[in-house]
Amino acid sequence: MSNKLEVKFSSLKFKNPVIMASGTFGFGKEYQEIYDIEKLGGISCKGLTLHKKEGNKGNRIHETAAGMLNSVGLENPGVEGFIQNELSFFENLDLIKITNVGGSTIEDYIKAIEILSKEKIDMIELNISCPNVKEGGMAFGINDGIARRVIKEARKATKLPLVVKLSPNAEDIIKMAVACEEEGADGISLVNTFKAMAIDIKSRSNIFQNTYAGLSGPAIKPIALRMVHEVCHNVSIPVFGMGGITNYKDALEFIMVGATCIQVGTANFINPRIGLDIIDGIENFMLEENIKSLDEIRGII
Amino acid sequence: MAKVISNDCLGSDMYLLKVCGNYKGKMGQFYMLRAWDNYPLLSRPISIYDMGEGYISFLYKVVGKGTTLLSKLKVDDEINLEGPYGNGFPKIQGKIAIVGGGMGIAPLYLAAKTIKNVDVYLGFRDKAILVEEYKKQVDNVYVSIGNNVTDDLDVSKYDYIFTCGPKEMMKKIVEMAKESNTIVYVSMEKRMACGVGACLVCTCQTKHGNKKTCKDGPVFLGEEVFYNE
Repeated sequence: MSNKLEVKFSSLKFKNPVIMASGTFGFGKEYQEIYDIEKLGGISCKGLTLHKKEGNKGNRIHETAAGMLNSVGLENPGVEGFIQNELSFFENLDLIKITNVGGSTIEDYIKAIEILSKEKIDMIELNISCPNVKEGGMAFGINDGIARRVIKEARKATKLPLVVKLSPNAEDIIKMAVACEEEGADGISLVNTFKAMAIDIKSRSNIFQNTYAGLSGPAIKPIALRMVHEVCHNVSIPVFGMGGITNYKDALEFIMVGATCIQVGTANFINPRIGLDIIDGIENFMLEENIKSLDEIRGII
Repeated sequence: MAKVISNDCLGSDMYLLKVCGNYKGKMGQFYMLRAWDNYPLLSRPISIYDMGEGYISFLYKVVGKGTTLLSKLKVDDEINLEGPYGNGFPKIQGKIAIVGGGMGIAPLYLAAKTIKNVDVYLGFRDKAILVEEYKKQVDNVYVSIGNNVTDDLDVSKYDYIFTCGPKEMMKKIVEMAKESNTIVYVSMEKRMACGVGACLVCTCQTKHGNKKTCKDGPVFLGEEVFYNE
């Protein structure tokens, strides 16, 4: 792999622009058994809350045309559980380590961020967009006024680069992104899953106990791409673009509309080595098209 | 990509798919099977039925789009296999019975073949399949059609039971085992996405909290699992 794939994102240098999205890659261990994950640009770990969460009961997955719904409900070991059992592996990985932080109150977010900021990680991804927890982060992710409060406090709580993961369900995605920039975020991740639902017609009931679940996969890509395009034209902080990226062509589309890096989520379930395939695909494209740096094509649309 | 050697319909929408190649794996583990490009989105987790020099086989039932596509595979068609995943049945010494109900027989054939000296109980709703194959591996194969396979089973005769099938059947065996010192291992089935333990959608609720069916299982100690979720 050549270093022409290197990307600067805020103060961090990624060896390439391909990052595995939170909730789809665990803490990296599982995929390390399949391939050398240090070839990736970075990992955003499973979303952490201050306290351990059991997640949702009942069905947690439903497959749809070109996508899937999930209702995991932020099951995670909590910040302390992560530090005790997962961190020693995670922190020693030679790539950019992002910890995704969820919460249901500002106080929980801030405590979690303060604790995690003492550890050997590179970046905090503030998740204000999970649609699968009842009192969860999504409330913060819909309205830019409410989002400002949590971003402002999070900014004060850490010296690490801070990115905010936005919900596609926001009332106004541009206003939301501008709020992130104005409150001192170093970057933006978008988009998280779309609030959606599914029905079992035989039992005449919801598939999911929480009624709504998060839609991801190729089905959401065109909408996610539009949102990344809109946001990249309205803020000057860098953006992680994501939403249904399943191959290098999708990844390049997001870069061409302005994303600095891309994150890959659901595609990990289709092909566990998809991250490597996308890195190779981008590199080959650059070779074929005589592109020396991704800066040449970033945001050209 | 691997090539299909055969894909035979055994009746009642059940198929035995044999794929060319030398694969790793042990009794009770599974592979993620994919024989299409984009749709359906996810691969299908199917347990190893049998494996040997130059082949691996999978027993599956057609229940949805993915398995319908699998059922249409012909000789020399290509298929992608990721795995082996999951923990599999433990290698243990003692008097062992294998109890399979319906499609639950799928992960048990390799166990019978691996352990050899076991008693096998197979239960079917209306038509028995693959009984002769089991008889080639072990002497004692008990088959019940239309009845509860558990009716023929004296749990107390065994140190261990490996079972897979309907939840009610596995739950009953676990309850029967409580009266003896028999240890039951159950193979659970859940909808999965990643297959490797990263996505947490195949959660199995146990006495020790949430477990991942794909990574911590699919084989669990029978008494640990909550069957009513």
